[in-house]
Amino acid sequence: MALEKVTLGKSLTNGMRKAMDRDPKVVLIGEDIGKLGGVFRITEGLQKDFGEERVIDSPLAESGIVGTAVGMALRGYRPVCEIQFDGFVYPAFDQIVCQVAKLHARALGAVKIPMVIRIPFGGGIGSPEHHSESPEAYFAHTAGLRVVACSNPEDAHWMIQQAIECDDPVIFFEPKRRYHDRAEYDTDATSAPRGLFEANIVRPGTDVTLLGYGPVVKTMVEAAAAAEAEGTSIEVIDLRSLSPLPIDTIVESVRRTGRLVVVHEASSFLGMASEISAQVTERCFYELEAPVIRVAGANIPYPPSRMEEDFLPDLDRILDGVDRALAY
Amino acid sequence: MSARDREVEHDTHLDLLSWLLRQMIRIRRFEEKCAELYSATKIRGFLHLCIGEEAVAVGVVGALDAHDAIVSTYREHGHALARGVPMESIMAEMFGRATGCSGGRGGSMHLFDASRRFYGGNAIVAGGLPVAVGLALADHLTGDKAVTACLFGDGAFAEGEFHESANLAALWHLPVLFCCENNRYAMGTALAREHAETDLTARAAAYGMVAWSVDGMDVLAVREATDRALAYVRSSGQPCFLELRTYRFRSHSMYDPDRYRDKAEIEHWKQSDPIPALASRLVSEGLMTAAEVEEWLAEIESEVATEIDEAVAVAEAAPLEPVEDLTRFVTTAAGDPVRRTS
Repeated sequence: MALEKVTLGKSLTNGMRKAMDRDPKVVLIGEDIGKLGGVFRITEGLQKDFGEERVIDSPLAESGIVGTAVGMALRGYRPVCEIQFDGFVYPAFDQIVCQVAKLHARALGAVKIPMVIRIPFGGGIGSPEHHSESPEAYFAHTAGLRVVACSNPEDAHWMIQQAIECDDPVIFFEPKRRYHDRAEYDTDATSAPRGLFEANIVRPGTDVTLLGYGPVVKTMVEAAAAAEAEGTSIEVIDLRSLSPLPIDTIVESVRRTGRLVVVHEASSFLGMASEISAQVTERCFYELEAPVIRVAGANIPYPPSRMEEDFLPDLDRILDGVDRALAY
Repeated sequence: MSARDREVEHDTHLDLLSWLLRQMIRIRRFEEKCAELYSATKIRGFLHLCIGEEAVAVGVVGALDAHDAIVSTYREHGHALARGVPMESIMAEMFGRATGCSGGRGGSMHLFDASRRFYGGNAIVAGGLPVAVGLALADHLTGDKAVTACLFGDGAFAEGEFHESANLAALWHLPVLFCCENNRYAMGTALAREHAETDLTARAAAYGMVAWSVDGMDVLAVREATDRALAYVRSSGQPCFLELRTYRFRSHSMYDPDRYRDKAEIEHWKQSDPIPALASRLVSEGLMTAAEVEEWLAEIESEVATEIDEAVAVAEAAPLEPVEDLTRFVTTAAGDPVRRTS
């Protein structure tokens, strides 16, 4: 037992270190991840400890990075790619959608593609478009990919290890504005609190289910605390896995509360909330007391940083969503 | 050199020529049969034939060791056949049957046979090139002496993925053999209309790679260049680039009306057909008489015809994958990875 207060960023570093210690086939590849330790310092110290052949500095070539990882995965490696910023993943889109997602099926299971693509995502750090985006729906839409997002240090610590152990390709979203959030947990624990593809009921409640993932989870918990003071009991669920979708946990919760508010930073149009809304409506039609409410980004390119507070779902917008659900 | 040594060398040379000739004929007739089956709507989807380019498939692929990897394109039937992927499993794939090398899911453009290190045809132009770099990087890291050969066309040379891959392979000193099958057209766009500088070999060399251009209609030239390139890659650990100047005698795909090429140009290139060229070489080198070659060709044709007929019969009789099975292998069956991770 070693209770420690660790940041989310350092939890990812430690998780990758554990995975690399356990399995020599785990290699990291990305831009500036070695000597520099990554733009967000998530791979700091790893090249020094594991060498240049396991922490590979690559040129600025996202398609090349991801495609190289595919080839390595075909040869039994477990590569972990770092995409420097969310918007930088687009040059690798072809590799991810056409090769990463499909090779296992094309080979009828004869090959596996056990690779992880880490993507810092979301806004709130005062950066413009391409540096603050939430592109998760593109990948969740693609069969053959697993898509997860961590929201807190302990999950970051475990989920990155589980993603590396997963035999399928995992798109791993990291809430970049939460990299410096700290939490205390047992860093020596030998067992993860839950599976990679399970949602987590962060805070039980009875009146409304509030669902989200990544950076907005913290804001949702704050919203639930504020609502409690006004006598509203909110159940907060951290989705964690976007694909596969842990829909049973959501449905079970909505059947109890009768109301669902889904939150994400990505634009609302065809975002994760749209799919969740459809599935919940199909399965909970008679239990729903209100339409499923979406609190999400606007359908615009990511705004200039001085206006991002208006774009991002904050406490007020989330509570407004809850009020709208309760108004029915 | 003793008389015995000369005899062995002569036999080896003849064996090589006979293998090259037989494989080119196999590929040619296979492609012709596919065209016929496509017109009869027995083969669906898209169909890109390599008729005219057989010397590249046979010359390059035949030079590789079984342990070397291949990453190919959508015009890959010849590559797969030369690799030794059984014709029956390729034909079954054309028919979309469950017994095909990709279970009938891939079709003409996505032949895949991991057991023979044939990492696929690929409908995405240049899409396989970064994957080839990764295979080579893995081999480099594990000390495996395998070479990864990636075949692609002049069209792929215009894609960013070629340039990323060439740079990575040269930068990291990886054993990749880049084989650019330059048939002078990216679909319907002529070389000079797709490239500001049409000397692809010079441009590849600019990445710090050894790069040669080869007469891609001369199967022995292709074979010799590939042997030399492989020896260089294996001994140096560096990538190498071969530009194989070739020509497809038929249109880009079965849908393509081929309006962008002059009939005279096509006829001109047909004069360099690699199959009769090799057959006459057997005579001119004094290895066989004209009558012997003719007899021998008839024998090959008959054997190949039988092989193709059998492959078609087997494919037609084979089952389709049950539709309810299409959800298999989308992801691994394991589902959630293990909880315990330390």
